Amino acid sequence: MKDRTVAVAAALAWFSMADLGSAQGFAGLGETVEDGFTQPVPNPEFSFPADHGAHPSYRIEWWYLTSNLTGSDGKDYGIQWTLFRSALAPTQTDDWSSPQIWMGHAGLTTPDQHFVSETLARDGVGQAGVTTEPFLAFIDDWEMRSTASQDADALSALTLTARGEDFSYALELQADGPLVFQGDRGYSIKSESGQASYYYSQPFYTVSGTLTLPDGDVEVTGSAWLDREWSSQPLEDDQTGWDWFSLHLDTDERVMGFRLRSATGNDFTAATWIAPGGLATALPNGAFQITPLTTTEVAGRGVPTAWRVQIPSRGLDIQTTALNPRSWMETLFPYWEGPIRLSGSHTGRGYLEMTGYE
Amino acid sequence: MSVFLTSLVALLSFWRRHPGQFLTLLGGLTLATALWSGVQAINAEARASYAEAASALGQDELDRLISPDGPFAEDIYIALRRAGWAVSPVLEGTITRDSGVIRVLGIDPITAPPAAQTIDLSATEDLRAFLSGRVYGAPELVATLSEGGFDAPLTASANLASNTLLMDIGLAQQVLDQRGLISHLLLWPSQHKGLPPIAEIAPMLDRVGPDTRSDVASLTNSFHLNLTAFGLLSFAVGLFIVHSAIGLAFEQRRTLFRTLRALGVSARVLVGLLVAETLLFALLAGVLGMIAGFFIAALLLPDVAATLQGLYGAAVDDTLTLRPSWWIGGLAIAILGAAAAAAQSLWRLWRLPILAPAQPRAWARASEAALRRQTALAFALIIAAVSVGFLGDGLLSGFAMLGFGLVGAALLLPVVLSALLRLGARFASGPVSEWFWADTRQQLPGLSLALMALLLALAANIGVSTMVGSFRLTFTGWLDQRLASEVYVTARSEAEAEALREWLEPRVDAILPIWNLEARLAGQPGEVYGVADHPTYRDNWPLLTAAPDVWDRVAAGTGVLINEQLSRREGLFPGDTIRLPRQWDAPIVGVYSDYGNPEPQAMVGLSAFQARYPETPRLRYALRIDPRLASGLMEELQTDFGLPADTMIDQASIKSISLQIFERTFTVTGALNVLTLSVAAIAILTSLLTLARMRLPQLAPLWALGLTRKRLAWFEVLRAALLGALTALAALPVGLLLAWALLAVINVDAFGWRLPMHVFPADWLVLGLLAILAALVAAAWPARWLSTRAPSDLLRIFANER
Amino acid sequence: MTLKLTGIRKTFRSSEGPVEVLRGVELAVAAGESVALTGESGSGKSTLLHIAGGLELAEAGEVTLGNMTLTGMNDATRAAARREHFGIVFQQFNLIPSLNVADNVAFQSRLSGRYDPALCQSLVEKLGLNGLEARFPEQLSGGQQQRVAIGRALAGKPQVVLADEPTGNLDEDTSDIVLDLMRILVEDAGAALLMVTHSGRLAAKLDRTVHLSHGLIAA
Repeated sequence: MKDRTVAVAAALAWFSMADLGSAQGFAGLGETVEDGFTQPVPNPEFSFPADHGAHPSYRIEWWYLTSNLTGSDGKDYGIQWTLFRSALAPTQTDDWSSPQIWMGHAGLTTPDQHFVSETLARDGVGQAGVTTEPFLAFIDDWEMRSTASQDADALSALTLTARGEDFSYALELQADGPLVFQGDRGYSIKSESGQASYYYSQPFYTVSGTLTLPDGDVEVTGSAWLDREWSSQPLEDDQTGWDWFSLHLDTDERVMGFRLRSATGNDFTAATWIAPGGLATALPNGAFQITPLTTTEVAGRGVPTAWRVQIPSRGLDIQTTALNPRSWMETLFPYWEGPIRLSGSHTGRGYLEMTGYE
Repeated sequence: MSVFLTSLVALLSFWRRHPGQFLTLLGGLTLATALWSGVQAINAEARASYAEAASALGQDELDRLISPDGPFAEDIYIALRRAGWAVSPVLEGTITRDSGVIRVLGIDPITAPPAAQTIDLSATEDLRAFLSGRVYGAPELVATLSEGGFDAPLTASANLASNTLLMDIGLAQQVLDQRGLISHLLLWPSQHKGLPPIAEIAPMLDRVGPDTRSDVASLTNSFHLNLTAFGLLSFAVGLFIVHSAIGLAFEQRRTLFRTLRALGVSARVLVGLLVAETLLFALLAGVLGMIAGFFIAALLLPDVAATLQGLYGAAVDDTLTLRPSWWIGGLAIAILGAAAAAAQSLWRLWRLPILAPAQPRAWARASEAALRRQTALAFALIIAAVSVGFLGDGLLSGFAMLGFGLVGAALLLPVVLSALLRLGARFASGPVSEWFWADTRQQLPGLSLALMALLLALAANIGVSTMVGSFRLTFTGWLDQRLASEVYVTARSEAEAEALREWLEPRVDAILPIWNLEARLAGQPGEVYGVADHPTYRDNWPLLTAAPDVWDRVAAGTGVLINEQLSRREGLFPGDTIRLPRQWDAPIVGVYSDYGNPEPQAMVGLSAFQARYPETPRLRYALRIDPRLASGLMEELQTDFGLPADTMIDQASIKSISLQIFERTFTVTGALNVLTLSVAAIAILTSLLTLARMRLPQLAPLWALGLTRKRLAWFEVLRAALLGALTALAALPVGLLLAWALLAVINVDAFGWRLPMHVFPADWLVLGLLAILAALVAAAWPARWLSTRAPSDLLRIFANER
Repeated sequence: MTLKLTGIRKTFRSSEGPVEVLRGVELAVAAGESVALTGESGSGKSTLLHIAGGLELAEAGEVTLGNMTLTGMNDATRAAARREHFGIVFQQFNLIPSLNVADNVAFQSRLSGRYDPALCQSLVEKLGLNGLEARFPEQLSGGQQQRVAIGRALAGKPQVVLADEPTGNLDEDTSDIVLDLMRILVEDAGAALLMVTHSGRLAAKLDRTVHLSHGLIAA
């Protein structure tokens, strides 16, 4: 229990499986928010680069990047880089008293290995944070740093580094499309009763760089997807976890879709169809349909690692298979996150994140 | 087997018929074990507390990064984190409240390695509360502080050492007024590969291994050695009782032994039986002694805890835990003790011819040759003591010197007493008084063990009370010098301190800053103080040695003062230099006495201090003011200026607190002293009881010749008083030598200071009377027994039917 | 002076009830006379001797020495009378272990204030203790010890010498020597001698023998 001490802490936040047994929603996110946290409201007007930075008056926020890569050795790889922010109170100061906690997760997936690293930080003293001009999101020696020119969007070009005990990576990212706003112009609804977050993405990165593995360096290229999301209460009390897909179709289209599972069987889905130029169309609850095909025993629990994904309105009917079914993030709040391959009506690659499987 | 059992029953039946003797033997061994195990229980408890304190933040498992210059900026921590090093910051310091010195531990629970997570913060609410100011402390400390004096929500936790408060590092920086500072970094056991070396990022930091022994443990070692020595002394004295009780039982059962041997019990079996019997006694007395020892320890522990807290700032739980190792140790010592006490008797039994005359010889009558051997041994021990004293170094050799010296003196006692009695006999007139002196001399061998015990107890008493008395005199005088200022006040922040200086300026005669910096001095955690150039110091400061113009040089920043502890430990004197933080090799110009402080300390001129350590908080001040105005000023400080009462203290209060700490320091020694003396009195009683039975044949002829039983009984009492008085007389020089050794050798090694010796003849007189009284009380019972013997008992002596 | 015992009665408590050991004993020993007191084991002869010396008290009867009545005295006076007028020799443990031979011989005479160094010296010589003066009792043989006891008893010039099996622990030859010495020395001093013995052979060496039987002196 001792080593969990800190965890549940940041636990306010995300991936606590602990709360699932209760009627409470996943990771404590479904708690009724009081204490003066700001709630997302419809019709947001984003202002950049400020909104690329942190929003301390909201309980949770993340900078979440996944990338499908191919190595010079011909193998497929995937990496994850996430910086989470969790607020104990809706304020921020520049000393130890700042009630914000940062958590970093880094993952590196190969067809037969999955590396994970995790780190935690206090706010206010410079161990972690996000600055906007120039843009830099960091925790310890992990960085997501903007290399974009002055007039371009700060997220349109990035360098990305992270390091774990036995791996590290350094990547250059270049976006060839605009930011994509999820849901209703960035107001993303998470339940029928209206829980919501602010949510936008940059799904158009091309990537090159180096992975450092125990066996040596691998040069890689590929694509990447960045999610920015913040909220104060994104889940309903009965919502127990989610299945989230980001798909790079070979047609150059992109798809984001997620399902929030409900203990009462009343699942909620949302999806965005993104045209090659960046035009985004939000799809209503029920338009995005997923069915588990194969369940893999990972970390003592059954996790669906092959899915049938259908969006009938767009003629999408595909099967997804995991590059490595054991892409288990053995962090303080464990979850599954890894690269997938697509086959069926469309082909391509993508990333899958699944939380709340017991 | 049946031989064994039958014989054992026969042997044991003896005790049923002599319940008093049974109780004496059991009581002696119980007492000896009790004192020894009591002391051990105290030591074990204290050591466990140190270990707990040491492990509080995983210090016993984790590597740490420290700076030789003391606390360092948290930017260094951030730089290491940003370079990828998994480190977690800790700020450690002390604050003083009415209840005493409190150790403040500030941690960052978010980055702390698992080994350092003393408090369970796994519940979200607990973590949230901790980060927003909840403070954890040991239950007793929380109870004390809850009554006022600490402005934060307190939660009790049994995982913390008793004087420690655990809080968030941010809060600790405020409480300790060390904003932006860190005392050390904890290194996670596993680190990422390929990181830049620490030396490149933070060259000022040293990496040190896990601390399995805390600083406190090494500091307090001497104190515990002290206690152990006392415990051992008491144990030895207790064994005198056991030895005489076993010896008596042996003599009394000679007939039985002879009969058993004649009936076909081999010497081997007989000795085996007696070994079994001894073992039985040892186990029984061991268990009883452990129980008694537990109570002694429970009784003394609060004082010991207070002492350790006051003297070393070491936190010790004042509740006792039973540890298996303690039980085993206690029983083992009981068995060893019983074996040692019985060895002589068993040896004699082994060599006893089957049909040895069964008449009891005068018990333990030492031949001239034996006495000569004893004298030779005594001198050898005394020579050993002197050589160890001259050649040895350190606490252990100090105690060895004391041990050799005391045992040597004890062994010499019978010889000395014999000589004194011979001298007394010269002045005897009349046959009865001649007989009295001669007879007293002849009683010596039988009483000498008990008298040796008395000598040891008296000498220890004189020695320790002289040491404590000298210390008290010196200490009170020193306090007067050291605490010359009338009021001491601490501001809570720099801003407040500045306002305070302005506010005070027109109201007091002088404001003397007391600014200090925690730093490692000669490798030990210590402090550097900045002091103003003021007559308060020039006139009063207790300098032991000083270079010419000492205060001018201190004021000019060209010389510093160090305390006696540092001077003695490192052999530093005026003319040498001492390495202070920021690579300042400062010339030493004086050494001052600094009683009650275990840590090294240096004093530098205020301007030099400010120039070299500008970031040090300037919060504490000593104020000079007409003493009559002091209490008024303190009131105004609270009502007008708005400082809380716990930020200031006046001279009288601080002195009385210091003296209280001092008095408690020696409560334990005092208590053990009294116990040892009582054990010695009991030893005399049992010896006299033993001898009383043997005395009948010796006294019967005198009675037959016309001396009444009553008169003979009075002679017995007088003899005990005489021996008590002579022993007390002999104990005096031994005790004074002991006091000298304690002051000049043990104290210097244990505490780091040497004290001038003062003598207290009135105390000696009291102690001498006490010794005589003890002997009288011990002699009263056997004397009464003697005076009420029926004539037929006496006459039976002369007849053959025995 | 004559030692006179009249109507002496003494009872002991035993497991079978009280036993009257002495039932009105009458005995007189004149100065210069030596009397052997014999009887069976447990006949009370030692008790009678102790009563004669004031070491034990009788339940009835009177002990007188000349015109002194010992039976009417308190403990302290009786002890003083014993110091001054009696010399007592027991079977064993007569001597004071912390004093040497010379001091033991002189002890009682000094107690009674009749110390006479010449007498002591002559007694030492007559008792054959020359050269042993500095020895302590434990360094002496049984016969030597008894001789010291006799010397001590006589050094105080007592009117009466009481001896309780004085040679009981000695072999026959030594017994004879010691007893002869005692008899002669008592005679020389003109004192009365009352000696308890169970040996007819030794009893025969004295002036007369009285036999104690069933609590009475059989003439």
